[in-house]
Amino acid sequence: MKNFKRILGIGVVAVAGFFIIAADHIDAPAVKGGNSDITDFYAFQGEDTNDLVLVANVQGLLSPAATGSAVFDENVLIEFNIDNTGDNVEDLVIQAIPRDGKMYFFGPVAPSQTGLNSVIETSSTYGGDVEITPYGSEPIITSTSGMALFAGPRDDPFFFDFGQYTAIIEGNATGFNATGNDTFKGTNVLSIVVEVQKSMIGGSGTINTWVESKRK
Amino acid sequence: MKTIKIFALLLLTSILALNCSNSDETVIVGNQPDFSGTYKQEDQMGRPAINTVFVNEASKDMFNVTIPSNQNASFQSMFQTNLEALSPAFTNPGDMNALGQTSEAFTGLLATDVLNVSLDGKTTFYDGTNVLTGRGLADDVITVELLLIFGGEDFKENPTLSDDNVDANDKEFLTSFPYLAAPW
Repeated sequence: MKNFKRILGIGVVAVAGFFIIAADHIDAPAVKGGNSDITDFYAFQGEDTNDLVLVANVQGLLSPAATGSAVFDENVLIEFNIDNTGDNVEDLVIQAIPRDGKMYFFGPVAPSQTGLNSVIETSSTYGGDVEITPYGSEPIITSTSGMALFAGPRDDPFFFDFGQYTAIIEGNATGFNATGNDTFKGTNVLSIVVEVQKSMIGGSGTINTWVESKRK
Repeated sequence: MKTIKIFALLLLTSILALNCSNSDETVIVGNQPDFSGTYKQEDQMGRPAINTVFVNEASKDMFNVTIPSNQNASFQSMFQTNLEALSPAFTNPGDMNALGQTSEAFTGLLATDVLNVSLDGKTTFYDGTNVLTGRGLADDVITVELLLIFGGEDFKENPTLSDDNVDANDKEFLTSFPYLAAPW
């Protein structure tokens, strides 16, 4: 414990300050709390074990009162990146971009360029679109081309006693409580969920994945 | 879930019926919206909490626009410095986490912020057996990371720092697509 307090002198995470920064919520000044702010990324085997599910959440810490008016920005592309050759460079992308109440998906497709700048891969063979589910409605799902698509508000699946973590970092507590308090309880995010056949993204072995937000 | 609506893309289907040929199965055709332009990166994420915990405030934006294949060269040293500041036991010669990693090896893994995912079976951040084979919704990723930072070789060091005692989400997840719980 006494060692732990050394960080206060070094200031590694003391920058947490009053900001709730956690899984990736509000992680950096340029995106903090904006509509390109990625809060979380998940990748897991689907109910059908031939499938992989990719989840990108943005715009975290939405109260129920704020959720109905939260919208995806039409200038913000959410891009799932898949490296299936082990070099941490994307071999395939799945792009999600909203237009007029729908989320359009392109890919999996080899991107015409890798890295920080993207164009929408509108010539992709795979993809589809789904009506963005309004707050309070049952989830609207499109199943097409071996994929399932969803976009809309969901409960934030992340859980963490961030309040106590902050208290520790700020030197106001020496450890977590025996019963934690989930800082993200009762808050929502805007979610994009894609289920894709594993055969479309490499088939077997280990892939490296990450999600990006990109603005026009 | 029982009331999930499956929307057949009627318009899309009709367009495909007119235009689809064996050699060209472009899904989005016809009067699609304007998707032109170049989109520039603002945020990125692989594993949970990496930028938040291991990157200095002044470098957080830069981390978000450093492509993963360049992250190790640019950030591993910073990660190691910050890990050792956070958990000074790592500076003892030979000190390791429960994965048998020194601070250099551990941060060498983390600095490239991609999520490793197995296409061959169980996907979990860590379940006691499988390590970094994905990230499920129910995975207690924060406690795993706290254990790897503070828990020492046997997950038993610093017990009050290595588990936040929030072990599950505030809502049940769904067993079927879209898996995430309905909003509050």
